[in-house]
Amino acid sequence: MDLYQFTEGIVSWLVGIVNWILNWVGFHGLAGWLGSPDIIKFLTLLGESIVLLAIGFIVAITMIWQERKTLGRLMDRRGAMVVGPAGYFQNIADGLKTLLKEYIIPEKADKTAYNWAPVIMIGSSILLLVAIPLSGRFYMSDLNAGLLFIFAVFSITPFAILMGGWASNNKYSLIGGMRSAAQLISYEIPLLLSMVGVVLLSGSLNIGDIVNAQAESTWFIIPQLIGFIIFMVAIVAEVERIPFDLPEAEAELVEGWWTEYGGMRFGLLMLAEYFRGYAGAAVAVLLFLGGWSGPFLPPEIWFLIKVFIVFFILIWLRGSLMRVRVDQILNIGWKRLLPLAMVNLVIAVVFKTLGWF
Amino acid sequence: MAEMWINMGPQHPMTHGLWNLRVKVDGETILDAEPVIGYLHRGWEKMTENRVYPQIIPMSDRLCYGSSMTWSHLYCMTIENLMGVEVPERAEYIRVIVLELQRIASHLMWLAAFGTDLGLLTVFVYCMRERELFLDLLQSVTGARMTYNYPRIGGVRNDLPPDFGRDCLRTLDHFEKKLDEYEEIFDGSAIFLMRTQDIGILKAADGMNLGVTGATLRGSGVKIDLRKHDPYSVYHELDWDLCTHPDCDCYARYRVRMDEMRMSCQIVRDALKKIPAGPIRVKVPRNAPKRTAFARVEDPRGEGLMYVIGDGTDKPYRLKVRSPIFVTVSAVPIMLIGYKIADVPAIMGSVDMCLGETDR
Repeated sequence: MDLYQFTEGIVSWLVGIVNWILNWVGFHGLAGWLGSPDIIKFLTLLGESIVLLAIGFIVAITMIWQERKTLGRLMDRRGAMVVGPAGYFQNIADGLKTLLKEYIIPEKADKTAYNWAPVIMIGSSILLLVAIPLSGRFYMSDLNAGLLFIFAVFSITPFAILMGGWASNNKYSLIGGMRSAAQLISYEIPLLLSMVGVVLLSGSLNIGDIVNAQAESTWFIIPQLIGFIIFMVAIVAEVERIPFDLPEAEAELVEGWWTEYGGMRFGLLMLAEYFRGYAGAAVAVLLFLGGWSGPFLPPEIWFLIKVFIVFFILIWLRGSLMRVRVDQILNIGWKRLLPLAMVNLVIAVVFKTLGWF
Repeated sequence: MAEMWINMGPQHPMTHGLWNLRVKVDGETILDAEPVIGYLHRGWEKMTENRVYPQIIPMSDRLCYGSSMTWSHLYCMTIENLMGVEVPERAEYIRVIVLELQRIASHLMWLAAFGTDLGLLTVFVYCMRERELFLDLLQSVTGARMTYNYPRIGGVRNDLPPDFGRDCLRTLDHFEKKLDEYEEIFDGSAIFLMRTQDIGILKAADGMNLGVTGATLRGSGVKIDLRKHDPYSVYHELDWDLCTHPDCDCYARYRVRMDEMRMSCQIVRDALKKIPAGPIRVKVPRNAPKRTAFARVEDPRGEGLMYVIGDGTDKPYRLKVRSPIFVTVSAVPIMLIGYKIADVPAIMGSVDMCLGETDR
């Protein structure tokens, strides 16, 4: 049973109850309209998106919890441990706290842009979840060029960051926004190039096809090891985590382009960051680590396990590396990763020509 | 981007205290820098003029939260010079031991802050964990963890506790192993080397002209350490070397401080071996003679100096403090100009700011 059938079942059942009540009251026309296939389909899609959002939310919350605990252990402390089992509900408590906080807009801020920047940020981050399937049967939409869609949505973010940084009317925010734009744009290229190798080997931009191609041959991390490394480095830069968290480098820029955001806007930006972290780790799993394939357990569980393992690598990097400087990060991107990505592409072409994949 | 001034501070994660660094930037490059200090001014020197000599000891602890022992020791030494008091040898040895333990604790706090400035929070927690052991040692001697009120004019307050030598050696053994670990974390990280090497160059000539002292100047390759060149206490009887590094950059300053921590361990070991038995405190007169005196010590941050004028009463007529960071801060523009904004935390972190003594 796939996600669509599952949601359709629930929706039909709910609509059936409502229709029974409506018929009993006497609104037969309304009941007929509600029972028509188009409306059922619309409600099903709505239900699907709610289910996906809930899953994304739970995964993001779990990732924050995972980061707190793992980072705590790396630092020889315990991380969150009071609220809920092993401190799991600490994030929810923090979310409630940000909801209760006063929402302050800087007096001289450009209010429209200031208010819309986090909306674009969180909106584009949630949009990413649409194209990321949890398994072959659990997805929202099976796009033909799903990979392209994911990266197109990924590249909306610099726009929001630049907008927020400019609108805050704060010098730290402005510098953070500028840095972010430079960083994200220059790391988009090695990211896409490392992905092209996988696309070549599998012969498709459709995520389902890529995972199936890996299930037939082998995980693409083996022929595309360099590509995987480039992808991981670039994805760390894309989701702005240490060592590449220059846009919100707290030592010099306070909190970078987030500086003027408070209350729930800040909470949403934080959540968006973890949504993006989830999306990045998920794409790494789908492209290089065999997606949802694995023995015994259901594929959705396998997928999530792999995502959390990849995210663990990101946490590990954060716990053991320092922040690089803004000119150095661009040097790494253009002078190291880009040539390496080219080499990786050549390797992929050679494998494809030899007919090994 | 147009040129603009940015105020880094007084409330800013980079500052480690209350001060303001105004930097003029063009995009990311620093064109000009202007340190503004005075946010923590408490009128310390004036306050001392209304207090009798022993009352000033706990006050001098408050000069620096990072290494309060050095400052109360410096104060006691100044008044001993003023009154012409000879301190018993055992007291001098005890002072050297606690001073060096304090130096390690202070340098550990610097290393913790330095790691955080560069974006590595893990090192902060690690260093604070090890600093805890040294605070425990100091607590066992003095009863306090931050402001000790331990040295007295003419000696120290109390003797070392029983088994102190054993505890101390155990801590030092443990710490030296951990120090290797830290060096692995820092020196083994290509990013750390990228962030610190050839950053914040302070030429030896510039440093000396501006009066920079301590590890910052030793990082520029100048062999100057008051413990060697103007030996006070019993440093001349102990077996140790001063540490310098010729590179003049942030990495050199980091290297010097790391070596100093090892050297401090060696000094403590040696002092524990050579410490004689005997009295720990002598009687001192209540009133000071009508004359002036000064003393200077090697603070973890540089050269600390106190100058006192006695007027025949039991209160100082004037007590002047020369703080190392107050002078070092004047070299900040030289170190900053031409580098990037992102280098500001690295450079200022390598200086080891302490605002308590700077603003007094």
